[in-house]
Amino acid sequence: MILTADEKAMLKGAEGEAVRRALHYQRQVGQFFGAQRMVPITNAHMMGDIEVLGDAGLAFLEEMRILGARARIPITTNARCIDFDWAERLGQDSGECAKERKVIATLQAMDIMTTDTCINYQTLYQPHLGERVAWGDTGTCIYANSVFGARTNFESGPAALAASVTGRVPDYGYQLDRHRRGTFLVDASRATLPDLADWGAMGRLIGEHRQNYYAVPVITGIARAPLADELKHLGCALASYGSMAMFHMPGVTPEAPSVEAACGGTVPRGQPLVVDDAAIEAVYRGYPTGDGAARLVVFSGPQLSLFEIRQLAAMFDGRRVASGSSVFLTSGNGVLSAARKLGYLKPLEEAGVAVLEGVCFYILQNLSQMREANGWRTLVSNSAKIVNIIGAHRFHTVLRRTAICVEVACTGRLPEHAA
Amino acid sequence: MGMAFHCAETGVRQPAPILTIAVERGFGPVVEGEALVSEEGFSPRYDLDRWSGLITKPGHKLEGETIKDRICFFPTAKGGIAAGWAFNDIRAKGIAPKAFIFGVTNPVMVQGAILAGIPITEGWSPDPAGLLRTGDWVRVDPERRVIEVLRRGGEA
Repeated sequence: MILTADEKAMLKGAEGEAVRRALHYQRQVGQFFGAQRMVPITNAHMMGDIEVLGDAGLAFLEEMRILGARARIPITTNARCIDFDWAERLGQDSGECAKERKVIATLQAMDIMTTDTCINYQTLYQPHLGERVAWGDTGTCIYANSVFGARTNFESGPAALAASVTGRVPDYGYQLDRHRRGTFLVDASRATLPDLADWGAMGRLIGEHRQNYYAVPVITGIARAPLADELKHLGCALASYGSMAMFHMPGVTPEAPSVEAACGGTVPRGQPLVVDDAAIEAVYRGYPTGDGAARLVVFSGPQLSLFEIRQLAAMFDGRRVASGSSVFLTSGNGVLSAARKLGYLKPLEEAGVAVLEGVCFYILQNLSQMREANGWRTLVSNSAKIVNIIGAHRFHTVLRRTAICVEVACTGRLPEHAA
Repeated sequence: MGMAFHCAETGVRQPAPILTIAVERGFGPVVEGEALVSEEGFSPRYDLDRWSGLITKPGHKLEGETIKDRICFFPTAKGGIAAGWAFNDIRAKGIAPKAFIFGVTNPVMVQGAILAGIPITEGWSPDPAGLLRTGDWVRVDPERRVIEVLRRGGEA
């Protein structure tokens, strides 16, 4: 790996021990992937909450802070595992809550902006074509690469932190032109995609078809201009089921003026993967529904936009969450503040929906214990990502369209044969 | 690692490997251990109980198996950004595997393994599916980019 004079000095400790360690770590990662150099970045986004950090991660952060780690570019944080206003009601552990406060204080002491949102790309920062950033979670990465044409790899917490401390990332993967070309075609011309869940279901079908970080689907035949929330659910599902970091949509995404351009001039041979209405209906039918009882409905993972909350507010208006059922909605502070001001939260809260701030449902501290204490078995959501990602907590999950989710919330039952 | 040094010191000859698998990329020291071979991809967030080390995702092909102290073979990485911190966490809790061996991985697994100091490799030839079984004893040498199967499970 060829380093600049500045980088060589950093590795010798010229900018302190925290910078030396961060760059040393980044160089090891870069060497694994055969990176030739480091490249400067403008923005970072990191995951760091006590549920995933554990005591070892918190100790690591505290050590970095004491060693003098400071972000030299703006860095924001992803959703966390505790909304302190809800912790007691949800039976979350007070010791872990105290540690989470310590995490937040430690991050802030390193000049990290604790924004606690996984939809930074909708609410905080929109990088331009070719701009290099260091983002995680995966939903933020695939949106940055695909919709903005910015450049990022999946940067996990320690990697994004290191990137903010050095202002650089190793030049590999999606930083390089050669990995950004489409590798297979998807024909979605017979998919109607009326609901956000359909976009997630499409993401599942494409993601499971090629589970590979370097697979880049080129999705053709989308009949109308997709909305940001639709691309969000598509991207999150592609990343979740396929570990994918980029897609092209000719005529929609900036590096795909045409199918040929998206593929770097040579269109991949072979039949395209067909995603049509029948395939999407089959996704819905594929979730076992058991005896039909469904006592938990979740609108989260990714956090909701103001537009999604407005839609749910209208759907829950005048209705009540079924007795014995729980319904959760999560978003970031910015979106929820606006939703409160615009009156969208009132009908949701009156219906009995729990509105949580700065968290994502699947990472909630104590979730397995919460599931047992509440007797939750089946989790219904319109997010294809969350029904996939929450598996280790032993939920039985069902993907359904938004209106059905609201129906389940208010009746406690899954309607038969309906998506 | 300890075992290999022990053999060198005492002059005991290592038996020739039953099978050698070449890998494309690697990080970490030489390790030996029992293989855990998965037909299915892996994510510490989706599949693993990060307090016990057991794979708990309902329906995962290795549901109920532990990753602790094993050399884990996974064809793919699933998801997810969590591995970046989670591997360091499970190492501190004493439930980490000895190494991660991936057919295709993603940067998060690599970032996480390097932070935690857990050996990791990517790319394999031949594909161990059908050649290697859970319980086989293997040695991973990331620097030489090879994995050697030293003996079959159940053999002394």
